[in-house]
Amino acid sequence: MAKISLNVNGKSHAVDVDPTTPLLYVLRNDLELNGPRFGCGLAQCGACSVIVDGRAVRSCVTPVRTVEKKAITTLEGLGTTAKPHAVQQAFIDEQAVQCGYCMNGMVINAKVFLDWTPNPTEQDIKEVMDPILCRCGTHPRITRAIIRAAQYMKAKA
Amino acid sequence: MDKRNQKSEKKQLSRRELLQNTGALLVGFNLLSELPLTAQQQEIPGIGAVPDGMSSYPYANPDYLDPTVLDSWLSVQADGMVTIGTGKVDIGTGIETAIGQIAADELDVPFERVRVIMGDTHRTVDQGRTAGSQSLARGGPQLRQAAAAGRLELLKLASARLGAPVERLVVTDGVVSVIGEASKKVTYGELIGGKQFNVKITATGIQGAMVVAPEVKAKNYKDYKVVGKPIRRVDLPAKLTGEFKYTSDVRVPGMLHGRVVRPRNVITGTPTVDESSISKIAGIVKVVREGSFVGVVAKTEWAAIQAAKALKVTWPEPVHKMPATQEAVADYLRKTKSARDATGINKGDVDAAIASASKKFEAEYHWPFQMHGMMGPCCAVADVRGDKATVWTGAQGPFTTRDRVASMLKVPKRNVVVNFVESSGSYGRLTADDTSEDAVVLSRAVGKPVRVQWMREDEHVWGPKGPQQLQTARAAVNAEGKLIAWDFQDHGLPWTESQGTPQLAERQIGVKSTLLGNPNGANGGGEHYEIENHRVMGRTIPWPQDDPSPIRTSALRSPGEPPRVFGSESFMDEVAAGVGVDAIEFRLRHLKNKRIIEAVQAAAQKAGWVSRPSPAPASDGPIAKGRGVAVAMRINTIIVAISEVEVEKATGHVSVKKVTLAHDCGLIVNPDGLRGQLDGNIMHGVSRTLLEEFRFDPSGAKSFDWASHPVIRFMQVPEVDVVLLNRPEIPPSGGAEPSVVVIPASIANAVHDAIGVRIRQVPLTPQRVLSAMQAKAATRA
Ligand code: FES
Ligand code: FES
Repeated sequence: MAKISLNVNGKSHAVDVDPTTPLLYVLRNDLELNGPRFGCGLAQCGACSVIVDGRAVRSCVTPVRTVEKKAITTLEGLGTTAKPHAVQQAFIDEQAVQCGYCMNGMVINAKVFLDWTPNPTEQDIKEVMDPILCRCGTHPRITRAIIRAAQYMKAKA
Repeated sequence: MDKRNQKSEKKQLSRRELLQNTGALLVGFNLLSELPLTAQQQEIPGIGAVPDGMSSYPYANPDYLDPTVLDSWLSVQADGMVTIGTGKVDIGTGIETAIGQIAADELDVPFERVRVIMGDTHRTVDQGRTAGSQSLARGGPQLRQAAAAGRLELLKLASARLGAPVERLVVTDGVVSVIGEASKKVTYGELIGGKQFNVKITATGIQGAMVVAPEVKAKNYKDYKVVGKPIRRVDLPAKLTGEFKYTSDVRVPGMLHGRVVRPRNVITGTPTVDESSISKIAGIVKVVREGSFVGVVAKTEWAAIQAAKALKVTWPEPVHKMPATQEAVADYLRKTKSARDATGINKGDVDAAIASASKKFEAEYHWPFQMHGMMGPCCAVADVRGDKATVWTGAQGPFTTRDRVASMLKVPKRNVVVNFVESSGSYGRLTADDTSEDAVVLSRAVGKPVRVQWMREDEHVWGPKGPQQLQTARAAVNAEGKLIAWDFQDHGLPWTESQGTPQLAERQIGVKSTLLGNPNGANGGGEHYEIENHRVMGRTIPWPQDDPSPIRTSALRSPGEPPRVFGSESFMDEVAAGVGVDAIEFRLRHLKNKRIIEAVQAAAQKAGWVSRPSPAPASDGPIAKGRGVAVAMRINTIIVAISEVEVEKATGHVSVKKVTLAHDCGLIVNPDGLRGQLDGNIMHGVSRTLLEEFRFDPSGAKSFDWASHPVIRFMQVPEVDVVLLNRPEIPPSGGAEPSVVVIPASIANAVHDAIGVRIRQVPLTPQRVLSAMQAKAATRA
């Protein structure tokens, strides 16, 4: 066990955990943030994605000690149901969810992608999102939601 | 549980505040537990309370909420909020929203003022499992009738209060007023809020077959205001922000974490376990062993995961080995005597007609074992205390889970409370609720609540599989190019898991299952065509599982039908091509049902189908293009798919470019929700047709993660074009799964159209397509 301080969603937290613990379990169980989800634990699906220093990271294979002092953003840090982030709003407006278990991976990766690529083509979106799995087959709506999110983000900027 | 409690969306937040401010004065016995729930929420953040349990069962049969009591179905609060309790559950398809729409319509209250409690065994009526797209088809009318009975009682109360006969009353947004005397009015909340109806209604039969309040007349479909509207799903905002709580987010005080240890192979006898192998891992509470069951309980999830991985377990060599190949299973299917035959249709004399015909066709089609592959592996929390237990699960049959757990613990059913908490989409997978049993075994061993989530490998290897299937088909045509005989036989396996059979943990601790299991159905063999001599049979070949095996079987989205329709609609295409007639024209020759004909025409028109025989003329260049159609009818839902594909000639790689789908499921409750479901079915169909096969050999499972068992991804997603045929005069017949059944044949037919080669086995992998092309070239040469 080791004391580790984490900066999550703009707040600092001290946790006492095995430093090899993947970030996912610390976020979920110690900080009770349910946005990041366990899908595979193997970096194969994206359900556990979080943003670390501006990049999308698979928290299921990221030991917690490696992200100390870095800025971590989870799905909760983007927005709330009362005040959703542009990407979340776009997904709501496209009703781009079935069971929703993959949505953390979709929203987090779309957000980071749009930060870097404000004017994506549909093909860009498909290529970038390809590694993020959705078993419910919500892909067509997710693609449309990301196109819509790009417009929302531009309108805000 | 009631998911809407979790919402903090504006409307819903204020609703929740209201709830708390009024002291949650919900009435109706099923909903009484709301009272302690609010109080206990502090202890168990966000998730339903640990009910003391039994006080919610006040009726004749202490194990079930009484469906003949109106208060079992709904209640009205002082502020006019209506709560509907249903034994149906949302498995990611939006049923919660659809049920809210039905209740809002029938009660004349705004949709926002209805909330739905789903699947908690101590406070909802058992309406049967959520499966087979039957939630709206069967559960819908039950809830509609209960709501109509509620409305009638409210009108009677209003009549007494306002001194006007019921016939002179109207209801608008939960306010009853006298026609022509607008000042005479009273709200639902004022009439009953905080009190029970104390009224009996009729309910006969059980579960899905229950008939509720037939004495009450529900509204005519023409008067629906909320049903039929593209209402936004109530669960979505919270699912996009992390506020929604799935099964895997349940945390109860003192909860420990468990993981199970299972091999990749058949489990035989008792393994040897070397506990010293995990002595270095901190936080281990116990290694739990019972029969062949092995699990670990730890203080943290990571410790449990590490321990389950590191624990040295030596499994005895399986006595009953897994089959060598898929072909070996096919051989078993061909040669083994059926335990039960289901007849889809049997008309005329098929054998005689084929014997005397001059033009005959014959073919055999193959479908592999396939998995559900939930994105989030299954998960449950169990708290076993003495002779009582509480379970939190996303099971599609919470009452089945309750009954299994009670039987495991040898306690009365009412001692077990199962709380439904939505899980990752399950597509039939959670009709077999494995993790609840795992968690019960572990919790009983440590005397504390235990959460178990399967790892990815557990889910891939041990999740039950959709059965392997094989179809034999024969047909004969006359000189006019019309079918005179059709003989279609499906050889499939029953569901060894899921219909109330003991699950994995129970088997491992020594409970034997002697049941055959539910047959995988017979529909989808072309019974909707009009043919003089016509036979469609479904044979159930026994699948005895003396020891737990990774090829245990269960219901997978539209059970048995994607394989059967793959066979029957491929065969229909073979015959059409064989007589040189356009695939759609040939089908229309044999269709009489007007709804089906209209759906076929709608799809053809939308896709711009040009009439010509298949295959398409050979093309130059590296890519061959083709189009294919498939038509089916599943429990009154009609689906027609037209797929357009490209085949890379050098590699055999198939890509689906576009799918056009015509869909008629009677009355459409929520068109936007339905369109989302259809997207999902199309993607699922493409994935299962091109990519998916659960692989194994005698050494064990060969599909154990997303790398060894890929599924569809964004780059493989086709364009989708959907035509919805709304028939408000016909009761809704389900949209969450029928459309998957037509996708495989439409793709295989399109591949044939493109390259002139018929692939009779799924998945259509590049190797399979390429070798079929090479074989054809060789026979030509
Ligand atoms: S859970 Fe991390 S990538 Fe799947
Ligand atoms: S919406 Fe269910 S996995 Fe994507």
